[in-house]
Amino acid sequence: MTLTVDDLRVHYRTLRGDVRALDGVSFFVDDGEILGLVGESGCGKTTLGKSLIRMDGRMRHVGGTVTLDGDDVPVGDDRAMNAFRFRRISLVPQYSMSAMNPTRRIGRMIRELLASRGASVDTAELHRRLALVGLKPEVLDRYPIELSGGMKQRTVMVISTLLDPSLLVADEVTSALDVSNQKAVAHALVGLRDQGLVTSMVFITHDLALTSHIADTIMVMYAGLLAEKAPANILTSAPRHPYTRRLLAALPEAGVRRSEGRLSGIEGSPPSLLSPPAGCRFRDRCPLADDRCAEQPPVVEVAPRHHVACWKV
Amino acid sequence: MNAMPPLGEPASEPVATAQPASDAGPPLASGAAEPSAPLSPTRETLHYALRNPKLLIGLAVVLVLLLTGLFGPLLLDGPDPNAYSGAQAVGPSGEHWFGTTTFGQDVFAQFVYGLRATFLVGVIGGGIAAVIAMLVGFFAGYRGGVLDEVLTMLTNIVLVIPSLAVLLIVNAYLGVRSVPVQGLFIGLTSWPWAARAIRAQTFSLRTRDFVDLARLSGSRTWKIIFREIAPNMSSYLFMTFILLFGGSILIASSLDFIGLGPTDSVSLGLMLQSAQQWSALQLGLWWWFVPPGVGITAVVGALYVANVGLDEVFNPKLRES
Amino acid sequence: MLTLDRVTKTFRTGTFSGSSVTAVDRVSFTVGRGEVVTLLGESGSGKSTLGRMILGLTPVTAGSLTLGGEPVRSGREYYRRVQGIFQDPFSCFNPVFKADRVFALVKEAYYPRVSAADWRGRVERAVRDVRLDPGQVLNKYPHQLSGGQLQRLLIARALLLDGLEFLVADEITSMLDASTRVDVLNLLGDLRERGLGVLYITHDLALGTYLAEQTVVLRGGRITERGATEKVFGNPMHPYTRHLLAAVPRLGVDWVDAEPVGSCVFHDAGAEGELHEAEPDHFVACAQLPGCPGH
Repeated sequence: MTLTVDDLRVHYRTLRGDVRALDGVSFFVDDGEILGLVGESGCGKTTLGKSLIRMDGRMRHVGGTVTLDGDDVPVGDDRAMNAFRFRRISLVPQYSMSAMNPTRRIGRMIRELLASRGASVDTAELHRRLALVGLKPEVLDRYPIELSGGMKQRTVMVISTLLDPSLLVADEVTSALDVSNQKAVAHALVGLRDQGLVTSMVFITHDLALTSHIADTIMVMYAGLLAEKAPANILTSAPRHPYTRRLLAALPEAGVRRSEGRLSGIEGSPPSLLSPPAGCRFRDRCPLADDRCAEQPPVVEVAPRHHVACWKV
Repeated sequence: MNAMPPLGEPASEPVATAQPASDAGPPLASGAAEPSAPLSPTRETLHYALRNPKLLIGLAVVLVLLLTGLFGPLLLDGPDPNAYSGAQAVGPSGEHWFGTTTFGQDVFAQFVYGLRATFLVGVIGGGIAAVIAMLVGFFAGYRGGVLDEVLTMLTNIVLVIPSLAVLLIVNAYLGVRSVPVQGLFIGLTSWPWAARAIRAQTFSLRTRDFVDLARLSGSRTWKIIFREIAPNMSSYLFMTFILLFGGSILIASSLDFIGLGPTDSVSLGLMLQSAQQWSALQLGLWWWFVPPGVGITAVVGALYVANVGLDEVFNPKLRES
Repeated sequence: MLTLDRVTKTFRTGTFSGSSVTAVDRVSFTVGRGEVVTLLGESGSGKSTLGRMILGLTPVTAGSLTLGGEPVRSGREYYRRVQGIFQDPFSCFNPVFKADRVFALVKEAYYPRVSAADWRGRVERAVRDVRLDPGQVLNKYPHQLSGGQLQRLLIARALLLDGLEFLVADEITSMLDASTRVDVLNLLGDLRERGLGVLYITHDLALGTYLAEQTVVLRGGRITERGATEKVFGNPMHPYTRHLLAAVPRLGVDWVDAEPVGSCVFHDAGAEGELHEAEPDHFVACAQLPGCPGH
């Protein structure tokens, strides 16, 4: 098992108190698995991604453990995390343009980066990897500004995986791209996994439809907690959690017309995570809620590899 | 709008849910939960301002010196700071707190009047420069196009002219009799860097959608500039004024020191100049040049320290939390 | 009602250089009363520029843009009839003021004589019309509200103008969460019932089909295909449209690769075909199609 996260709690410090962005999340990612992490803004998915690689100044590790290939990952210790970053856990950020030094040609940037980590460049291998994501070796002689958004994103993917990390965290890598580029980037991510350049992957996105095409497992988060986690085809075809169901029902599909059937969103908004209410956090928006939901539902494995946090399943 | 980026879609990359403010950061309280209502921007700024030692210390020093300048003269016996009031070249004592000059003038009297002149030149010079910088910066940045090009060219011309040299010539030919006139000349020459900074800020703010929305509400240019854009950079404008204020004091002191200061007045720079002229250092009359030197350094230094503090207050990224 | 006739926009690239970029190239279509038209395009297609030209925020270089026979211009009287909503709700509100100031600006410009109490009533009605609770959203700062709430406030703002005839909605759902996105779209659909014409600009094909009677596909500033939505999506003729449709991820449907486009003009913009009517109410610009000028 590559990654095990157990009861991870990460808070944001603000003037008004701690925002419980991650309030006890447990899950695992198997060898070779791509986990799609889905949720709306403020659900904690970005916080989770950041926690696995680098917490920013306002984030505080409150509790829980992260284990990678049997080793404890010191998520709360910025310095100790350096041993893991890039080598064992790597990140593809949302805005790849700001991840690259604009004044360096890409080839030189890669050499400098690897040198700083005590590794050297195997040019043939680098070219092979670029080809894998559909890039020509010539990009190494270009400056970042000369590449399109999708090309930059794929270049950063190659750079991030140069040291064959166990875990790759891809944070909203497709959301700034046009649909045709989205597809190329998504295919490239799957290719990296298929070639064994990364063992497993956490793919963070707000786009359920896109995730369903590349992820093996999808985890839906809501208000800092896990709502449902299941194999991708099961989650999209037979979801159990009312939130997942409503979310899927709110997605218009290409070709669906309003005159043929009016879709509806989910009324209300997620609770404040400054002082989250007791009980199920989806309760206020949930059509099935009753008195039982005043108590927080535990995450239960309702079918093999299908976990749901809801009293109503 | 000629300077629109080509292809015309400055901010329309199909970015989705991830808003920089609330997705990457902590989820903010949404309307539902009232007890934990977020602070207003003003109150949050005030919260950090009152806890920023750099800002508080800087402002305290400036305030003490300002009050000294304002009320110090009231404690004096006569109205003329340059009056020959006692023994010549005596050190600090109960009678003459800061001692006297070679000619028997009271250094403390000169110092408190000098502080007044220093603040006055800062307010006039900094104020004039700030007004010009804002007008040029706002209109160049907002209107863009030809107006921007003309104003930017003007700014660059004034920027590259060595303003101290111009002031030297102006002062030498026209003769500067009073502190306000000195402030006026300084104000007219020290605005370019601030205009450039304000132009750049305006340029980035005017592409924000609320500016377009104000246009769609029928607001005219000047209204959009002063009611939509300026409030967004009030902190920036305030800091610009502080830097211009401090800069004017420094320029005035330099002019005074090389003998081009106001002729019928007293200022900290003029005190330094006469101390130097009459060899106070060589004669060991330290009380003659230390107070004005410390005064200038304290005012300007404290302003700059306060400015760094303000930067931390207004810029969330610099806040140590 | 809104008629675009060979509307073109070129931007100068440098201050003194003579070179320029054509962002919108001879675009023609009309939007009738009570009609929603989707303008679909990827980034750089010129779709937002087109929206800004309709709003009078960017001047038109060539061609004509008329609303009810009158040419488009900027200014107070025009904005009584035409309004816009933009992509980023957080950027549409001035962060230093409370969110309901957008309503105050409308009152100041258009209804200065309406009494404060009367105005408050109108604002509350408009806010309820977009299914918000006035008590929850009025008198708050923008950062205290969610993206969906802010976007609805902007629709409410447009509703305050009685004379409103046309609305440009530029990517208004792309910053919203999936659970609120469709609600905002439904509100746009309701506007149609008030007789408003709506231009819905988007890059998202799925959202584009949901509302619109007509769809216009824009690429590199030119229309590649336009017509009745069910025709454009049911029977896409231009290889670019097909390519886009194939790239959209759909739940439960495998990602298919677009059919090979071969030597299609889609790869060679210089040989672009002229827009012609391939079937009733369905226009395509593809030189490969029989019947196209240049075939």
